[in-house]
Amino acid sequence: MKSRPGFDAPRKCFWLPVLTAIVVGCSRSTEGIISLRNEGSDTMVNLAQAWAEEYHRYRPTVKVQVLGGGTGVGIASLIDGNCDLANASRRMKPDELAAAEKNRGQSPKEYVVGYDALAVFVHPKNPLDRISLEELAEIYGEEGTITKWSELGVPQGTLGTDKIIRINRQSSSGTYAYFRETVLGKGKDLKLGSVDANGSKDAVNLVALTPAAIGYSGMGYVTENVKPLRVSKRRGGPAFLPSAENARSGDYPITRPLLIYTLGTPQGAAKEYLEWILSPAGQKVIYHLGYVPVAEYE
Amino acid sequence: MLSDRLEPLMEWLVRICGWSAIFFVIAIFLFVFREAAPAFFGKLNLWEFFTSTRWQPSSDARPEYGALALIIGSVTVSALAMLIAVPLGLGAAVYISEFCGPTLKEVLKITLELLAAIPSIVWGFIAYMLLAPILIKTTGAAVGVNLLNGGIILALMSLPLIISLGEDALKAVPDAYREAALALGASRWEIVYRVLFPAAKNGLLAAVLLGVGRALGETMAVLMATGHAVQIPRSLLDPVRTLTATIASELGESVAGGPHYRVLFVIGLVLFAVSFLINLIADLVIKGVRSEQT
Repeated sequence: MKSRPGFDAPRKCFWLPVLTAIVVGCSRSTEGIISLRNEGSDTMVNLAQAWAEEYHRYRPTVKVQVLGGGTGVGIASLIDGNCDLANASRRMKPDELAAAEKNRGQSPKEYVVGYDALAVFVHPKNPLDRISLEELAEIYGEEGTITKWSELGVPQGTLGTDKIIRINRQSSSGTYAYFRETVLGKGKDLKLGSVDANGSKDAVNLVALTPAAIGYSGMGYVTENVKPLRVSKRRGGPAFLPSAENARSGDYPITRPLLIYTLGTPQGAAKEYLEWILSPAGQKVIYHLGYVPVAEYE
Repeated sequence: MLSDRLEPLMEWLVRICGWSAIFFVIAIFLFVFREAAPAFFGKLNLWEFFTSTRWQPSSDARPEYGALALIIGSVTVSALAMLIAVPLGLGAAVYISEFCGPTLKEVLKITLELLAAIPSIVWGFIAYMLLAPILIKTTGAAVGVNLLNGGIILALMSLPLIISLGEDALKAVPDAYREAALALGASRWEIVYRVLFPAAKNGLLAAVLLGVGRALGETMAVLMATGHAVQIPRSLLDPVRTLTATIASELGESVAGGPHYRVLFVIGLVLFAVSFLINLIADLVIKGVRSEQT
């Protein structure tokens, strides 16, 4: 697996207004250019930006303006008719779909443009090779009771200490929220006292340097210095490695689809843009950013 | 002729430069206060802020803003850093000022300046990549980024300040004191211990206080060195989280104007107040030196 270039979440938020200003500025100053508005998920904002830049090189007459703000913001914007394409790292809720029907008279169309799988990994010295979501909830959840490696069947003495060192992400990150929701369900909190890494790269580094640690990150960040675990839904159930195939088939349990919504069937430039995103050239971008492509890539 | 006209102009320019420092401090304080203020009238429970250890700002169920663990994190890391840096720093100051030859003195001072010039983020890398594995190996710690790691790194970072200010304080003691002590038959150690320390005590205290201020305010290196874990440490090898590191890691993604954002600015206010207090005390202590000497 390839390590992906360091796009840290806080930095991306910092650049967002700057990029937006540049993009908006350009589209105003040039005549005869088609402009597409693309808004939504912060998780996808780097990806959307990379697509926009690559597409502009491929088709200089089309400018895609990318805005973050979060999935909810993007969907609201789509419903209000303020954007052409909404990026979403979750599916639209029934009330959002109803609001779109009511306001615009058109039902939103969903495109799965890629997948993001969260890998759970340990130090290479750790003999553990699989884990279940139930066990992760016991380790990371506020009401969880597993605190020692021996409770997971790791013999004492192999890791220096028996204590499980939980590597987490800073609580404002989208990866943190997604992990929390998938492992614990809605409305639950993660146990305090975890070592909170500032960025996915940091989480991988910390686990690589700490024999008794367990951590998680998008699969694109995983390096050979950590050991990804096979993950199952239940204890003893079938477990899968975080791979592109397992993410695409839905077997890997911590996989989220990366979606783009349009109002009704897209026409013209939006249609061409979506087709390009799903083409090998567009899917190459998603592969290089460390996400899972949905189709063939170059 | 020209200089006659230039002089008042220059005087004004310099005056503006001087006043600008006051202007900036007040402007920064007003900005931080303005951003934090709605929290006091809104939902922030100050009792919870200072007494709860539950820092769950992005909880879906119920966000909680208990900063006690962060406050204790900041205090313990700084205290540990001072425990290491003060004896080392004052010892080095005494050696440089009283014992070593002129050539070595120059070498040491240049080296110290280099130590002071190392950027915070580089210290963070040293903590993270170098010191953490060493700590795991030598102490059997479960995780290498912890209180001890942060304390050592902060101690190294505040050493140059403590040494150079401490040396200044010792240098300010008039030579007549040393000569008088020598004439009475005191040994070199007795001169340091009985004459120089009492005479320079305010200056030395100020050096230590400014070192504390440096340690409390440091952000990037402690963010990487301490492990950033919200808990009250039970041993030197437990990871902790400081107030400064919390702001650094969370402000970027908090919703501007939201409760989380406001609380981070309240933390900023707390830090501002504490560093103001420490600097004020250090100033008063240094003033004490001056009035004693005149």
